[in-house]
Amino acid sequence: MTRKHTQHASRVLACAVAIIAAVLLASAAGAQAQSTMPSAAERAVSPGFRFAETSGEALYKNVCQACHMPDAKGATGAGTYPALARDQNLAAAGYPVTVVVNGLRGMPPVGYMMTDEQVAAVVNYVRTHFGNAYPDAVTAADVKTVRPASHSP
Amino acid sequence: MSSNGESKAPSRRDLLALIGTIAGSAAMYEAMTSLGLASDSAYNGPITLSGDVKGASVLVLGAGLAGMTAALELRKAGYKVKVLEYNRRAGGRNWTLRGGDTFTELGGFTQDCDFDTGLYFNPGPWRIPYHHRALLDYCKRLNVALEPFVELNHNALLHASGAFGGKPQRIRDIETDFRGHVSELLAKVATQGRLDEAVSAEDRDILLAALKSWGALDQNYAYKANLLTADFRGHAKGPGGGLSAAPVAGETIGLSEILKSRLWRYLQNFSAHLFQTTMFEPAGGMDMIGKAFARQLGNIIHYDAKVTRIAQDGSGVTVSYVDRKDPAAVQTAKADWCVCTIPLSILSQIPLSVGPRMKAAIDAVPYASAVKIGLQFKRRFWEEDDAIYGGISFTDLPIRQIAYPSSDLNRRGRGVLLGAYIFEGAGAYEFAAMPPADRVARAVEFGARVHPQYPAEFENGVAVAWHRVPFTLGCAGFWTDETRAKHYEDLCQIDGRIVLAGEHASYLPAWQEGAILSSLDAITRLHERVVKT
Repeated sequence: MTRKHTQHASRVLACAVAIIAAVLLASAAGAQAQSTMPSAAERAVSPGFRFAETSGEALYKNVCQACHMPDAKGATGAGTYPALARDQNLAAAGYPVTVVVNGLRGMPPVGYMMTDEQVAAVVNYVRTHFGNAYPDAVTAADVKTVRPASHSP
Repeated sequence: MSSNGESKAPSRRDLLALIGTIAGSAAMYEAMTSLGLASDSAYNGPITLSGDVKGASVLVLGAGLAGMTAALELRKAGYKVKVLEYNRRAGGRNWTLRGGDTFTELGGFTQDCDFDTGLYFNPGPWRIPYHHRALLDYCKRLNVALEPFVELNHNALLHASGAFGGKPQRIRDIETDFRGHVSELLAKVATQGRLDEAVSAEDRDILLAALKSWGALDQNYAYKANLLTADFRGHAKGPGGGLSAAPVAGETIGLSEILKSRLWRYLQNFSAHLFQTTMFEPAGGMDMIGKAFARQLGNIIHYDAKVTRIAQDGSGVTVSYVDRKDPAAVQTAKADWCVCTIPLSILSQIPLSVGPRMKAAIDAVPYASAVKIGLQFKRRFWEEDDAIYGGISFTDLPIRQIAYPSSDLNRRGRGVLLGAYIFEGAGAYEFAAMPPADRVARAVEFGARVHPQYPAEFENGVAVAWHRVPFTLGCAGFWTDETRAKHYEDLCQIDGRIVLAGEHASYLPAWQEGAILSSLDAITRLHERVVKT
């Protein structure tokens, strides 16, 4: 785990209490014990807290489509999950990167469970599929710049 | 994180991060809900809204527990009350699925619940702590019959894929052996005089007696496999009658094995105040509560009403909505005041005339991911084969928990158990991304590693992924210390003629008690304003 992710996860989990954290600390090896990851874009269930998928396609199909749907057309009930298909909001690459990392309104900051490389991969996948064809790929370094600063312990 | 990272003192930041990254979603849930939830509910008994309401009217948005609490109490105080509800039923997340029910989630995936008559599954809240006094009081006042919810069953299982060859262990064995070994260690240190700086000689002797009693140690302060420890952990061969009836103690599990298995991490579930006995559930399904509220309110609830705009000016509140059966025709409802309980995941998308601070607060709260899966089996094999009557087994598999029904114990025939409860973490999103049938299939596949009877006994299942639920778009408001410090008070203010209520406006996120306490606080403040002006 990189320093960056440690810091970011702590922001999201900041309401935890240290006693419980200390108890859980020693469980490091246990959670790594098994893996249920199929290859590529198959339906995956990550063994730990973080997403184990690496490709943009696998990340989309196992994370994003929960809300944005398999066809990326979104869905509407009492509220709406916006479509990502043919989405002009994706034109500026920094926008989806920021949304994945920081969340937006009801959308959780799912990027806190991804590496910079994973965030870049899934953003690049969405920006080049579902009727989107934005050629400028984002990099892990681009993702790093939008990760929130850490908070003092 | 390198393996030697465990040996050096971690910073608080590292510890917090590790909860999520390593311990998994169940543990994270514990951690997240610990802050602010360790004390008893702030309920002070039924509220009295006295004074002249001057014929004022209130529009309540949402017929969940927060909205219906507000409607019930405000009507009683003399207000003209009307409730708009998106669903065709009352209750909101207070919800039960039974055989014959159909549920269509976002994306159009429809599930028909094929449970047997009388069997059910609560996709949302499923247990009530004894200290959630407001909810318990409303259950009493509304004649909702409660029964015990078994949270801790010593005979349920703890399972780690990489420990004990993947064989689940009984909670009583892990708990008793862990306590015994720790007691033995502490007793050893104490008898060696190495606690003398920390405890007086008198206290040391009492401590030794206590460790012997509490840890089931022998006269030499040793924890061993014998009939004494078997009185706590159970026997390999239980005491019988007649010939060959003498009990036989089983083997204990070594300290190192328990430590390395990490199974001890589940024991805290049974210590946390939120999950201490006695817990309750409504007999027949959690939605008995929502139905009881709705019976009281009768036809002041307008169902199938999707709110599209909330406007206010100096004279009142105007809410635009469409009937879901006729979405083209926009209707309006007007009132002097508005209690809005719409989840923030949805409210943040609705045009709403409130000030920038409340709007910023509404936009600041993401909604957590959670998945619950109900599975019906041909027989209650967990009781018949495994002597597990109610309670919860924990596993490091993505399903996290298997919870056994607390009702109809020791009966013949089919049963429905909770085959997965996944809160946050990667798995919650991944299960939500699957078609419902795949969620059920994966829950059966994983569950079979804990209960080998699964494949032969499984009949059907229902899977609710809360991010796919049309009336919430998520499980519950996901606050952090940071967002709470910045936005919580702004969220709870009365903005002109509008006040918000719901679990999201409480320090008990995702709990029904939070929804009710939030509502009582909101309407108390609203009422004060009405009678004073």
